[in-house]
Amino acid sequence: MKVTLKVWRQKDAKTKGAFATYPLDHVSTDMSFLEMLDVLNSSLIQKGEDPIHFDHDCREGICGMCSLYINGRPHGPLQTTVCQLHMRTFHDGETITIEPWRAKAFPVIKDLVVDRSAFDRIQQSGGYVSVNTGGVPDANAIPIPKKIADEAFDAATCIGCGACVAACKNASAMLFVSAKVSQFALLPQGKPERKERVEKMVAQMDAEGFGSCTNTKACEAECPKGISVTNIARMNREYFAASLSSYEVPLKGSGD
Amino acid sequence: MKLDSKIPEGPLAEKWTKHKFNLKLVNPANKRKYEVIVVGTGLAGASAAASLAELGYNVKAFCYQDSPRRAHSIAAQGGINAAKNYRNDGDSVFRLFYDTIKGGDYRAREANVHRLAEVSVDIIDQCVAQGVPFAREYGGLLDNRSFGGAQVSRTFYARGQTGQQLLLGAYSALNRQISNGKVKLYTRTEMLDVVVTDGKARGIITRDMVTGKIESHSAHAVLICTGGYSNVFFLSTSAKGCNVTAAWRAHKKGALFGNPCFTQIHPTCIPVSGDHQSKLTLMSESLRNDGRVWVPKTARPGLKAKDAMNIPEAERDYFLERKYPSFGNLVPRDVASRNAKQACDEGRGVGATGLAVFLDFTDAIKRDGRKTIEAKYGNLFDMYQQITGDNPYEAPMMIFPAVHYTMGGLWVDYNLMTNVPGLYALGEANFSDHGANRLGASALMQGLADGYFVIPYTLGDYLANIGWSDKVGTDHPAFKEALEGVSNRINKLLSIKGKKTVDQFHRELGLTMWEYCGMSRSEEGLKKAKKKIQELRAEFWSNVNVLGSNNELNQELEKAGRVADFLELGELMVDDALNRSESCGGHFREESQTPEGEALRQDDKFAYVAAWEYQGDNQPEVLHKEELVFENVKLTQRSYK
Ligand SMILES: Cc1cc2nc3c(=O)[nH]c(=O)nc-3n(C[C@H](O)[C@H](O)[C@H](O)COP(=O)(O)OP(=O)(O)OC[C@H]3O[C@@H](n4cnc5c(N)ncnc54)[C@H](O)[C@@H]3O)c2cc1C
Ligand code: FES
Repeated sequence: MKVTLKVWRQKDAKTKGAFATYPLDHVSTDMSFLEMLDVLNSSLIQKGEDPIHFDHDCREGICGMCSLYINGRPHGPLQTTVCQLHMRTFHDGETITIEPWRAKAFPVIKDLVVDRSAFDRIQQSGGYVSVNTGGVPDANAIPIPKKIADEAFDAATCIGCGACVAACKNASAMLFVSAKVSQFALLPQGKPERKERVEKMVAQMDAEGFGSCTNTKACEAECPKGISVTNIARMNREYFAASLSSYEVPLKGSGD
Repeated sequence: MKLDSKIPEGPLAEKWTKHKFNLKLVNPANKRKYEVIVVGTGLAGASAAASLAELGYNVKAFCYQDSPRRAHSIAAQGGINAAKNYRNDGDSVFRLFYDTIKGGDYRAREANVHRLAEVSVDIIDQCVAQGVPFAREYGGLLDNRSFGGAQVSRTFYARGQTGQQLLLGAYSALNRQISNGKVKLYTRTEMLDVVVTDGKARGIITRDMVTGKIESHSAHAVLICTGGYSNVFFLSTSAKGCNVTAAWRAHKKGALFGNPCFTQIHPTCIPVSGDHQSKLTLMSESLRNDGRVWVPKTARPGLKAKDAMNIPEAERDYFLERKYPSFGNLVPRDVASRNAKQACDEGRGVGATGLAVFLDFTDAIKRDGRKTIEAKYGNLFDMYQQITGDNPYEAPMMIFPAVHYTMGGLWVDYNLMTNVPGLYALGEANFSDHGANRLGASALMQGLADGYFVIPYTLGDYLANIGWSDKVGTDHPAFKEALEGVSNRINKLLSIKGKKTVDQFHRELGLTMWEYCGMSRSEEGLKKAKKKIQELRAEFWSNVNVLGSNNELNQELEKAGRVADFLELGELMVDDALNRSESCGGHFREESQTPEGEALRQDDKFAYVAAWEYQGDNQPEVLHKEELVFENVKLTQRSYK
């Protein structure tokens, strides 16, 4: 098949970007979307043109590295990661527009590559259970009802790709943050710190410049892992409960 | 050079306990005076960095992705073994030890493997305490499954995403230490050299992949936790960025490379669909519990899955069931892989490329109903359909073996230290515990064992012995020299401006490795491969085209540096395979087979670790042998008939 690609090109964080158009012929329907870009890139290199930079690694839909905004949707037309998207999803002759994630908190590094370190900083602010290595109880000492464990697992499957932010008109990170808060709020291991955790993570989220949530649920609709917005509701409850007995929480350096 | 494995004296089951007691301790007040570099933040690196920081050491951690959460450990699906015996089905530390030694075809150290089995139980406790949501039963306790032909149910899992959940656990422990200021994290940063002075590892040289800045970092010890080198085959189940660079640089600075030719081939991967293929996707081998593997009895080139249903039973060859009646489709990975390749070599492969065999669920669906099969394998079937466009409920799947893991790696002693003092290797990057073949669910166990429970003890001993003042600053000439070496190499890569892309070279190398140094090897083929690799390497350095500059995000430059290293490693793998003229583990050496055509191991000649010493560019490496001593297991030939 034949496609025309409209791709966002941007030299670096400081330079202004623009769309460039590339026609591409002999695209196999069995190719993954990223393999199609590989083919384009190798022809660009042969012509002496700078290849298109995009993030990817596992190409199995689990590392969360790939992050393309295709035809106005994060990861493209299917609810999957773009590395798991195949060209058979598109039709012959189609024009495909490819952009980076667009969010103030995710500045563009080059072409389609963005800086998502804000997500890491949110996790660093409280996304953990404070246990040291060793000296922990036997794994079966605390039974956890299967239903609760499964729900925690559903929240824990987030791959941290940022599609939720890219999908949201406010560039809110609520789905991402609430998934972690939920996982630990549900499990007995996470209970002792649940109050501080939600407060710190929300504070860091705000500090990073993510927008607020206005319940459009675009995040859930586009999440490749199907993380549910019920996590956001849970986080709001956690936050409310925590703020009822609030005290000042320093942002950094209080991991213990 | 004499290889000292530093295996402690005494009975097997007491070695680790005694050793821990004999190791020197660093005074708690002095720990903060030590700096440790951890390269890699996968299961091995993240667990090590977090645990060492908890003890009070100052840690710098590096990874090439934009976040530690994306290390390739994330992709592990099946599960992690532990000798908990929660099932009451006769498991024990000794049984896990025994199975792992046997599974590795008697090419691993008894003492290391026993320690691995001992600490396996602590890993599960640790992960649960971190909030890792393992699968549970209705009573609220942890669930287990039997994995990869094991006779006991000792595998803990988190749906099909065990690696993800374990890594996110280690990542959270790492995050806590970053927040405490004990770990400084460098993402999108690639290690490009190790610095050694007075025979000790003193630090590393890195490149900031966004700005191109090349930097020196010094420390009291350097831990290489950079994963495996399956990508030398171009197509593998590894992530695109997985590389040997860190380990290879260490090797060139004096660290021996152990058993480089030992790689694992996984039988149930989705076959290649065309020249555009960039990687291979693994499907859990649990599929073989219900799927039947077959090819047509006589060649039918281009046979499609949807036409397979028209082939009558009498014209099908269920070759695993036929050749191995007692294990059938559940023979170990290497046997299943080799037989699939053999069927394709005979021209009986199916699909457009002829490089695939069927994995058929028709009988299972008839027997148990579609619902049951869907409950067991639904997500795998969906994944298969997404990638291939075929529906496995209606027509058989097609599968083919792919490179999946590398047992070889930097040679380390019992303390996980390479032969270069102060330089350690953990996780898949070392050669230590899997021998010639890795059993399912044992790599996750090893990575976390190394990071959480071994290195915190053994590193302390080294640091206590050298003392905190034994450190070299980045102003030392050795750092300057290494930094210049790295810059020169980058400039060289950028200046060639040849005609072929990096990927073209990588593909060619991969094909050669797969053809001659994959599952089945012969002296003649290996010699051919050696010549081809040498030619390809020479061509690379005169004809590769790397555009752009160093001072920017330049993914082609990153790839070029990695492929340059693969082109050197490939030759060493071939040399190692040439030297090991026995069939062993995952590898079939055509010259070494039984009269029935099965693998013939040669314990009298090859019960050793092959550790290779670098001698300089384009010089043959020198082989050192670490003899393996078996006092607790009897060496038997594997038989699955
Ligand atoms: C698809 C798949 C499924 C698997 N399933 C299972 C399973 O079910 N059970 C099991 O036990 N095992 C499984 N394995 C094997 C297991 O996942 C790996 O062996 C293990 O996770 C490796 O962990 P690691 O920490 O050693 O390396 P990795 O997780 O690969 O981490 C490597 C780290 O090193 C960094 N790095 C690499 N090179 C550099 C460099 N030059 N500079 C700086 N940083 C660098 C990376 O950024 C990364 O952080 C599977 C493997 C694959 C590929
Ligand atoms: S590349 Fe890993 S999720 Fe897409």
